[in-house]
This record gives sequence, C-alpha cells and structure tokens, in this order.
Amino acid sequence: MKVTMTVNGSQVDAEVPDRTLLVHFLRDQAGLSATNVGCDTSSCGACTVLLDGRSVKSCTLLAAQADGRSVVTLEGLANGDGELHPVQRAFRAEHGLQCGFCTPGMVMATVSLLEENPAPTEEEVRTALEGNLCRCTGYHNIVRAVLAAAGERQAS
Amino acid sequence: MIPAPFTYRRAWSVDEAVDLVARDGEDAKFLAGGHSLLPLMKLRLAVPQTLVDIGRLAELSYIRDEGDHIAVGAATTHGELAGSGLLARELPLLSRAAGQVGDPQVRHCGTIGGSLAHADPAADLPAVVLTLDATLVARGPSGSREIAAADFFRGLFETALEPGELLTEIRVHKPAAAGWAFQKFNKRAIDWAIVGVAVQGNRVSLVNMGQTPVRAAGVEAALTGGASARDAAAHAAEGTSASDDLNATRAYREHLARVLVRRAVEAAQA
Repeated sequence: MKVTMTVNGSQVDAEVPDRTLLVHFLRDQAGLSATNVGCDTSSCGACTVLLDGRSVKSCTLLAAQADGRSVVTLEGLANGDGELHPVQRAFRAEHGLQCGFCTPGMVMATVSLLEENPAPTEEEVRTALEGNLCRCTGYHNIVRAVLAAAGERQAS
Repeated sequence: MIPAPFTYRRAWSVDEAVDLVARDGEDAKFLAGGHSLLPLMKLRLAVPQTLVDIGRLAELSYIRDEGDHIAVGAATTHGELAGSGLLARELPLLSRAAGQVGDPQVRHCGTIGGSLAHADPAADLPAVVLTLDATLVARGPSGSREIAAADFFRGLFETALEPGELLTEIRVHKPAAAGWAFQKFNKRAIDWAIVGVAVQGNRVSLVNMGQTPVRAAGVEAALTGGASARDAAAHAAEGTSASDDLNATRAYREHLARVLVRRAVEAAQA
C-alpha cells in the first residue's frame, strides 16, 4: 500500500507491504536510523518516536497506522542550525547515556513526558520512563538529565 | 520480527468496519491500538488475512456522562481514560487502573475495547469492568446488543463476542459504590500483573487467578456480612484456579491474592 506521513516536518511517501512496521518505515524508507529496534516486543522503548506529539513504540505500530499523520524521530529534535534540543543538551550535560543504544528512545520518551507534565518529580520521571530500558543500567544520570531538562524548559 | 502478510483496510465508520470484517469472515480482525494483536501476529499466534483498522474512529473514542451511567467508547486509549477528569470524579477505579496499564507509550496506543476483547486473564481492565458490573455493547452485521461483563469473559482469550462483532461501548452505572482500590503485583512495572485486585464497594475481582477475571465471591460475602478486611481477605483464593508459570507458582499466586485483597480492601475502606 502507499503510505504517506510527515516525518520531522517533511513528507515521506513510499509503497510498502501492508505488514510494514513503523520503525522499519522510518529506518528503511525515510532513511532515519536513530530509531533503534531493540527487543521488538514493545518492552524496551528503544524504538520510541512521537506520533502526533505523543510517545509510541514504533515496533508495535504498522506504518499504515501512521499514514497521514505526523511522526518525529530523534533526528527531528535539533533545529536547522544543528542546535540541540534542550532534552538532548541535558542528556549530554548530565551524562545520561553510556552505550547510547537506548538514548534515542529515552530522549523521545522524555520529550513526550515534558509535554504532558512540564515539572515532574523524580518519582514521576522514574514512573514515566518505565517503558524504556537501559541495559547499561544508567538510570540515575538519565533521571538527572530529565529533571535538568524540565528545569531548563521551565526557566526558558 | 514482522507479522505474516495480511491485507490492511482502514474503516471510516463503525458500519464500514463491521461490513469489511463480515466480508472476510473469521480470517479478518479489527485493529484498534494493536498493542495486543500485533505482538501475537509477530509470534504467529494470530495470523489474520485482513486487518480492519478502527483506531481512528472518533465515534468510538469518547468518555461521556449519560446521566445514570458513564459511557466509554471502545477505542478510547488507556491514556485518555487515565487523564479524564470525568472518570477521576465518577469512576476513579477505571481511570487509576488504566493509568497502570503497561507504560506511557503503550497507554498512548492501547484501547479499553482492545484490552477487553483480547481477554488476557493477566490484563488489568477486564477485572475492573467485572468489578464495576459494566455493560458491554457489541455491534455486528445484525445490529447491536448488550452483554453483561459477568457474561463476557468465557475463557482464556475467549469472549462472548461472535465472529464479526465489534465491541463499541462500555457502560457503567453511576454512582459507583463508595470505596475503591486497585492493586497489582509484578516484577517490573511494564509487566503483566502476576496477580491484581480491583475493589469497588463490596465487589472484589481478581486479575490472573484463573482463565478469566474472577469475582472473589468468598471475600464479597464476608465483607457483606461485616467481616474485617483481614478476615475477608483470607477467602481471596477460594474458588480460583491460578496457573503455575515461570513468574509464580499457584500457591504463591494464592498467597498474593490474599495479601493484595487485604491491602485493597483496607485502601477502599480508608
């Protein structure tokens, strides 16, 4: 089927098999490889992207379900000048990553969280990131990064 | 992992969805959020030939106060249930339980109707609608009918829905009985409940203590007779048929049921 969606502000359309998963559409058709396939079973969150502004696991959605809708991946966060998004800056400043595999999903989950809850407590951050696993177990710095990003967002 | 090939169709109305599924018979399935169905399809535990997408139907996505009852559209997501001010006031058990399904990403996609129609005994919302004595509305090629939650869950992944019938609405009478609580125990937050408990007034239902959600009849009778939470909870495992699996033995599940029922009833009565 023909699938058309807005990815990071640009229209992407492609003829794909009906069974194509959104994560494969993003990686193989849109050519955006920041979104990782981790567990492939909607547990780990490495494939998290924003669909119409809300975090979703792109390994458990069909590309067809995103047809006509708007998707944002990690590549869509920095502005055109290459200036990092506040959440990206906070992950770097707080060393919120180790091997980096879970990071795109963590960042996208954080962007969605801060839209829904701009000033989360530490406990709320930990609860909101339940669906994102870090096999390096770098959670403390990730939580610090999310809190720092929330603080910067509030200040600006 | 990707699903076996199938034909995807998007329905633009409930009538069209029912027609499309009727056309392809038992090889067709409704797709709402897909968070129960797509994982099964990746594992080839479900191999439908046609998926009819109802996930964007506004006519299935609502939470309304209808005076004597609350009506919830079947394609309302867990996140929408959890964020509803109306539910927080009228049916906090439903909104709080929905807010504990899976994780935020899952709650942005998964729907109440999908969860009920999937009928996983480890899912949270089937036990909640059983406790709330909800009425489920289904539409098929020959029209709509109402099914009591008590008659809806027939077995493991089996419901009273006929082939081609679509769950469209969940109705709960108001006001709900005073006092509610939802408790579940799992190893990681995103996992299915090893055991869960939903309480509203003196009605108590258990998650994952059998092939379907079950009312804890012994607990309810004890509570109605004036027993304390502790004494009533001692009856929690009576009549249940919990399974042994790698998460827990049956005996451990029975222990958990007694502990969680005591905690839930105490919370509901507090």
